[in-house]
Amino acid sequence: MSPTTGTGTGAAIVGAAESDLGVTNLSILTLQTQAITRALADAGLTLADVDGIATTGVSRFSATQVADHLGLQPRWTDSTFAGGSAYEMMVARATQAIEAGQAETIVISFASNQRSAASRKLGGVTEDHTPEAQLEVPYDPLYPLSYYAMAAQQYLHRYGGTHEQLAEVAVAAREWALLNPAAYRFGAGPLTAEDVVSSRMISSPLTVADCCLVTDGGGAVVLTSLERARDLAKPVVRVLGYGERTTNTSMTTVQDLTVTGAVGSGADAFARAGITPADVDVLEVYDSFTITAALSIEALGFCGRGEVLDFISGGRIRPGGDLPLDTAGGGLSYCHPGQYGVLLLVEAVRQLRGEAGARQVPDAEIAVAHGTGGIMSTHATVVLGADR
Amino acid sequence: MTDTTAHTEPVPTPEPPVPQPDDVTTAWWDATREHRLTVQQCSACQAVQHPPRAVCVACSTLEGLTQVDVSGRGEVDSFTVVHRAPRADVATPYTIARVRLAEGPILLTRIHPHQTVSIGDAVEVTWWDLTDGRALPVFRPTTSSTTT
Repeated sequence: MSPTTGTGTGAAIVGAAESDLGVTNLSILTLQTQAITRALADAGLTLADVDGIATTGVSRFSATQVADHLGLQPRWTDSTFAGGSAYEMMVARATQAIEAGQAETIVISFASNQRSAASRKLGGVTEDHTPEAQLEVPYDPLYPLSYYAMAAQQYLHRYGGTHEQLAEVAVAAREWALLNPAAYRFGAGPLTAEDVVSSRMISSPLTVADCCLVTDGGGAVVLTSLERARDLAKPVVRVLGYGERTTNTSMTTVQDLTVTGAVGSGADAFARAGITPADVDVLEVYDSFTITAALSIEALGFCGRGEVLDFISGGRIRPGGDLPLDTAGGGLSYCHPGQYGVLLLVEAVRQLRGEAGARQVPDAEIAVAHGTGGIMSTHATVVLGADR
Repeated sequence: MTDTTAHTEPVPTPEPPVPQPDDVTTAWWDATREHRLTVQQCSACQAVQHPPRAVCVACSTLEGLTQVDVSGRGEVDSFTVVHRAPRADVATPYTIARVRLAEGPILLTRIHPHQTVSIGDAVEVTWWDLTDGRALPVFRPTTSSTTT
């Protein structure tokens, strides 16, 4: 089955905002509240307008928890738990709910205080009833890092690339962050490929500089019908397409570590939007690690198989390049509260509205947000477009 | 059939906590007590799979899934040398690997004792004995001339 081709959707993003970022010493629900109320204010709306909530990473009953905290009894919720791609999946779910008339104003949100709370664990979260807890965790892989490291090792081995080439993802992210006052590494100065390669090794070949930040932070976006969006305050950002793939929880069940589910999620999203990668002005992909972004760019079809390290060289993904990537500075240099996917959407919206200040990509009309969750377990792509 | 029972390596301390088997994994763990490495095979379509499941993912059969012995030989699909352990007191560095068994399925494991390996290297199973009688399969570069 193929998605409907080229028609776009009947939904739009009308509000977008971050919570406080960095080291906040605030609770998850306070950060959630900040993100949601700021995104609503951005849209010219209030909590009273909200009849749909999509969130995760709060508690076992995430959307229920947030609804209660905000004093809401929504007509529609979604707590899809899929790691960092969940928010791109939620755009699809929310769009369908709006088109079906189940809800009119839906907020998608995430927040974490993992830096303040020191809650991040190198081995991840283990659930004893899963096969992985018996068959993989006893070997002490870092979760998710060691899986991405093995993917990087396989990619460099097969295609003959170097770690220095892969480091360009982190180097470019830093260049963008230097243009974003909200970025954790704003003011940190430029990063070089040599810096990345010579940083402290964590899980070879990936060093600490190949790994995303660990910060607090969060964000929210507000969706409503395209028709209603055109009556609201801000320039309309259309949801043009979406697609997703779910591939694995085990570190052993994907045969080829270098080919991700983004191949399918991207193809579906682009078909629904009626575009090709050549039409994309701004690309926001989850850069949990340098290799995550590289494999996503390739899988989404921006270059051929085995070509991404050459493709991203020469400044192509840096400010002023042909394919502006992770323009806020990415999880690598801007903010990474875990499950970073919602902030990809926030930045895409700002770029399409022309609100991105020093890092604005001129005349951006099509933006793609692509989330990756778990150990390249879940992949979700959203195509957004300016309503011009 | 290659003898895979001869080699035992000391389990690193502290011993990793390993959850108890369940209905699907008990046969796999029971085999490790005898240092037999197994994968699950479907009696209907003969497909092999790992980890063990309640269904054959090749033909959807629920019945006749059994653990069958494998050669204990394979090759390194990929690996990573870990320099910061997720648990306290685990000695670093150590090598995590995906090993593709000669029979097809992939295992997550360690290369032990820790040493440099490359993708494509031939490896064979050895065992870490757990105090509860089970054993964890780990791998080392192939040393014997035996082939399967």
